[in-house]
Amino acid sequence: MTDTQILAERKKSNGPIARWFAMLWADKFAFFAALFLLIVVLCALFGPLLLDAVATKQNLRGRNAPPFDITRGWLYILGADALGRPLLARVVVAAQNTMLVAAAAVLASSIVGTALGLIAGYSRASAAQWIMRLGDVIMSFPSLLLAVIVLYMLEPSVANIVLVLAITRIPIYLRTTRAEVLEVRERMFVQAAKVMGASHWRIVFCHILPVIFPTLVTIATLDFAFVMLAESSLSFLGIGIQAPEITWGLMVAQGRPYLTNAWWLSFWPGLAIILTTLSLNLLSNWLRIALDPTQRWRLEMGGRKHG
Amino acid sequence: MKSFIGKRAIASGVSLVVLIVIVFFLSRLTGDPTNLYLPIDATQEMRDQFRQMHGFNDPLIVQFGRYVMDLVQGNFGNSLRQARPAMDVVLEAFTWTLWLAVITMVLVTIAAIVIGSLAAFRVGGVFDRIATFFSLIGAAAPDFWVAIVAIVIFAVNLHVLPTSGTGSVWHWVLPVGVLFIRPFGLILQVVRGSMISVLSSAYVKTARAKGVQSRSIIFVHGLRNAMLPVITVIGDQAAAILNGAVVVETVFGFPGIGKLMIDSILLRDFAVVLAVIMVSALAIFIMNLLIDLAYALLDPRIRY
Repeated sequence: MTDTQILAERKKSNGPIARWFAMLWADKFAFFAALFLLIVVLCALFGPLLLDAVATKQNLRGRNAPPFDITRGWLYILGADALGRPLLARVVVAAQNTMLVAAAAVLASSIVGTALGLIAGYSRASAAQWIMRLGDVIMSFPSLLLAVIVLYMLEPSVANIVLVLAITRIPIYLRTTRAEVLEVRERMFVQAAKVMGASHWRIVFCHILPVIFPTLVTIATLDFAFVMLAESSLSFLGIGIQAPEITWGLMVAQGRPYLTNAWWLSFWPGLAIILTTLSLNLLSNWLRIALDPTQRWRLEMGGRKHG
Repeated sequence: MKSFIGKRAIASGVSLVVLIVIVFFLSRLTGDPTNLYLPIDATQEMRDQFRQMHGFNDPLIVQFGRYVMDLVQGNFGNSLRQARPAMDVVLEAFTWTLWLAVITMVLVTIAAIVIGSLAAFRVGGVFDRIATFFSLIGAAAPDFWVAIVAIVIFAVNLHVLPTSGTGSVWHWVLPVGVLFIRPFGLILQVVRGSMISVLSSAYVKTARAKGVQSRSIIFVHGLRNAMLPVITVIGDQAAAILNGAVVVETVFGFPGIGKLMIDSILLRDFAVVLAVIMVSALAIFIMNLLIDLAYALLDPRIRY
């Protein structure tokens, strides 16, 4: 019963930001995931501005310098690569490209996929059928294979990578949106809006979209991790981002020839990928509960079961 | 059921034709294979003869027409690199990948279902926490990185496993082990989630009230009903290995279809690239069909 009292007190005093923060704090894993992602985003935004010069400065005396040795300065705490460039600075700088590609691809595919899904779900025209067939066509080929073909044939530039990844992810949003729209469309409040003479645009954007938005956010978070892994694989194979630009996947590939004597070259960027993916998965799990009004109480009550 | 398969076949067929047309023209725009296959000091006559022999002199549209005509007669063209029918090359590689996929997925399915069900039986218990932790890490690990770390540990430092090639049972351990991790993490999470919701349903409570053993509740009453979402993920992951084991095959020098694909594109072996696409499209089609059949078997309410 004390839980209810605490809940009531909290609701009285706090605004929405504090309430969300409390819900995040209730799930410790999600809290640290969010914290880690915040750090990664800050690295992506400001890392290259601050550390670009350091990250590209060669220092042949410090070739493959081992990690955990701070005699060269704190930047060398994770060691140095084959040209003596500090790995910590490089991992921070590489965050920008990694995040940029994934964010752009997720944004593009989610906007296009959702828009198409809304049309396919809401309109009864034959266009809807064509959209679904288009989705099937994309779905019937594995994304990595498609990406490999296209990127070998076109130039592997940032724009092309984003394009390929975005196209292969469209069906995810398309199918989810359509399925949700088909269900929401029949609900009472949509019927009411129709009866009151709301236009199609108003119904879709003011009545249907807000209801399915939480689902889409959860999927996009999960998809971000998938796209990041896909980009890393492509960069690792040498058909993604090209040097001298760097991403985490490319750094793993660059460290591969030195595996036998300097494992840290490939280890740290790989660890960065794992931690980011893991954080995104955890945050997506939390979002699924936090954005669902019927499940939210689990977090507002203190969420001991999720600890 | 027949019309269902028919519709599926049409959708897959259309997408296959579209992709083949695109790849055919795009691949020929990327460059002339002559420079890759003839020595650098080859004379102009030799180059012309090479082009003439393989038909690269004709306009693209004529080349495409010839390709389609051959295709209709069941001829997929010859591999430039290996100078034998492209389909033979592809099927050989596909057999390797098929074995890789089958072995990995059987192991993953058994492990994920057993561990996931046991974890779901006591939600929040020690076993559940450990299983969830490892499945989350497994689902987040990039396969190329795991492959590299595995090589460092098992081949470079411990000298217990070979790093590449085929030939003995030991050669399969690392590729299968690395491919195992991500599907295992993903499927375990789905099994656990699905099992939790099934175990809280009315018929499981009834079985429990009747005093049925825990083990048979999980594996007899629960499992069959919890399998539907699991089958979907298993299918997705199996398809991913069948076609996308590019990274693992490249790292471990495994002569499968992913490695063949990369090598063929790099060496502009057009006929092989197109044959790879056709074979993998067929594999995906059959895979999806099997999944739908599994649905119908597991849930008698589903009819096509």
